[in-house]
Amino acid sequence: MLSIKNLQAKIDDKQILNGINLEIKAGEVHAIMGPNGSGKSTLASVLAGREEYEVLGGEVEFLGKDLLALEPDERAREGVFLAFQYPVEIPGVSTINFMKTALNQIRTHRGQQPLDAVSFLGLMKEKMKLVEIDQSLLNRALNEGFSGGEKKRNEIFQMAMLEPKLAILDETDSGLDIDALKIVANGVNKLRSKNNAVIVVTHYQRLLEYIVPDFVHVLYKGKIVKSGTKELALELEAKGYDWIKDEVSVA
Amino acid sequence: MSVTTTDNLTGQIVSAVQQKINVKADPLRNEALQIFQELGLPAPKHEEYKHTPIARYLEKNFSFAASPASGPLADIKRFFIPGVDANVIVMIDGVFSQAHSRVISPETEIKIQSLGEALAAKNPVATQHFAKYLDIRNNSLAAWNTAAWNQGIFIHVPDNKVVETPVIIYYISNATAGENIVVNRNLIVAGKNSQATVVEKFDSTGSANHFTNLVTEVFVDENAGLDLYSIQHDLNNRFQHNITEIFQKNSSRVNTFTFTLQGKFFRNNLHLALDGEGIESHMYGLYLLNSDTLADNHTVVDHKKPNSFSNELYKGIMDESSKGIFNGKIFVRPNAQKTNAFQANRNILLTDKATVNTKPQLEIWADDVKCSHGCTTGQLDEEALFYLQSRGINKDTARAMMLYAFAGEVLDYVKHPQLKDYLDSVISDRLHKNF
Repeated sequence: MLSIKNLQAKIDDKQILNGINLEIKAGEVHAIMGPNGSGKSTLASVLAGREEYEVLGGEVEFLGKDLLALEPDERAREGVFLAFQYPVEIPGVSTINFMKTALNQIRTHRGQQPLDAVSFLGLMKEKMKLVEIDQSLLNRALNEGFSGGEKKRNEIFQMAMLEPKLAILDETDSGLDIDALKIVANGVNKLRSKNNAVIVVTHYQRLLEYIVPDFVHVLYKGKIVKSGTKELALELEAKGYDWIKDEVSVA
Repeated sequence: MSVTTTDNLTGQIVSAVQQKINVKADPLRNEALQIFQELGLPAPKHEEYKHTPIARYLEKNFSFAASPASGPLADIKRFFIPGVDANVIVMIDGVFSQAHSRVISPETEIKIQSLGEALAAKNPVATQHFAKYLDIRNNSLAAWNTAAWNQGIFIHVPDNKVVETPVIIYYISNATAGENIVVNRNLIVAGKNSQATVVEKFDSTGSANHFTNLVTEVFVDENAGLDLYSIQHDLNNRFQHNITEIFQKNSSRVNTFTFTLQGKFFRNNLHLALDGEGIESHMYGLYLLNSDTLADNHTVVDHKKPNSFSNELYKGIMDESSKGIFNGKIFVRPNAQKTNAFQANRNILLTDKATVNTKPQLEIWADDVKCSHGCTTGQLDEEALFYLQSRGINKDTARAMMLYAFAGEVLDYVKHPQLKDYLDSVISDRLHKNF
């Protein structure tokens, strides 16, 4: 589904990604871990098409398409979804209108009929249950005045609505208490299928107890320095990141 | 003052006024014309007009020679706001058009007539309030208007009358035959415990330049409520100077809405004198500018007595090479304790060539007051744009969503449903809303 080859990127004058290689197949969950400043969120941002980042080299192929050549909205319509670390508050834009516009632009792109108001609201009610989000929240302006937990749940709600092929969760666990974390993880798990894939970017192993990954990759200084299965995450939790740094410097 | 082209222009305007109107026959007009001559049009360095060089605009675009007569106007109704039951007043080139006007409210509820006729007939309400609130000594445009106005509308809502049907005044300039100067003067008196809505809308036909100098004096008596709308959505050959002078008594409520959507040059002076207690005043403004439009909103709210509330929200989006100007003065007089006065001005610049100058001015002499002001100027929030795009929404739609949301905050305060629908459709169109 996703094939990243030797991806390098910078922001301002600082190179952050120094040659990332990663293959993700449909049905898989990959965790990207690593110490602060290792490039985890940069990777998520570059995949979603954030403009501040400049790609210096490498390739990203998504379902046979050159992902890097696409605008952020085109990527989303192809099936990429980024759950933001810091979801943006947009006063005056109602969540419902926003979601309806997004869903119908995606549906049109997929060759489906846009949903009418009734079917849209029906779908919304169904997906709201999934992340235990309240209608009153969605009647408000997008993320405006939402608590940290509500914002993250809204991200997963949007993911449920748009049914992406590749979901990238950028530090979705940050700022969540354990109950909110379980709700969010539960929502993600219900959306997992053999046809889609998930990248979980996280600093801590905590989230991975609830969203169990097939593979764990450790990012350090803009490169994947170690890959393994979920046991690697436990090892990192127990030993911290220093031993990885030592291994890298020895090598 | 040195002799400049501004003086020449002033002289041209004076002779044009003298040709049209026998100012000597009316002491007030005569005095006003003398004041206009002394003051001259605001010079480029005039503090209140420094971003708005009105003399230069007028000099460049008008000759002030006698304008040729324009033919009759066809299809006036296309300028009407659809779906509104209203008392319709049509002014064509500043002249009241009986044929196109239609008042449906009973005369016991609201009296609408020519201001000139009301004054000539010594209507006691009109004579009591006419020219009492406008200061002609400090603003030459006010003096010009007072010397030169030919027609205007006098609206009187008697005590205790609630008028559900709004009054809509359509000002239509016929600029097909050549340049066109309109000087109109209105007076609105809202009696005690009365309630009314007055809408002014400005349109034109033809491609020649046209200038409107409009003064509206407004007296709002105790416990009366008045909503005033100014809809400035014409073609790019409109030049306009508006002065709205509002005087409020105890427990009165005023909402003003100024929508500046298209035209060449607009200067809106809005002045509210809060001469009583328990007053509530809201001033809302929205300016969506493109091309090389200049729109200048100067507002003054003057708290003269204790325990009143004023709130101002003006928002603007400047596209292409347009210029926005906002100046908001709040005065709180020494005995106006327990005043609440709030002001906000928010601007979005869409291009490098668009500009905005914003200046809040608070002068507070009382010590037990709550006042705040805030102005912001920025570009469209890139992070928010990216957020919307990352959900599959194309960039144009995402921009339109954000701009519409920004403008919508002002629209939200419009209570009249059909008026709101109309303004919504115009604003949606201007912002290319496609969602």
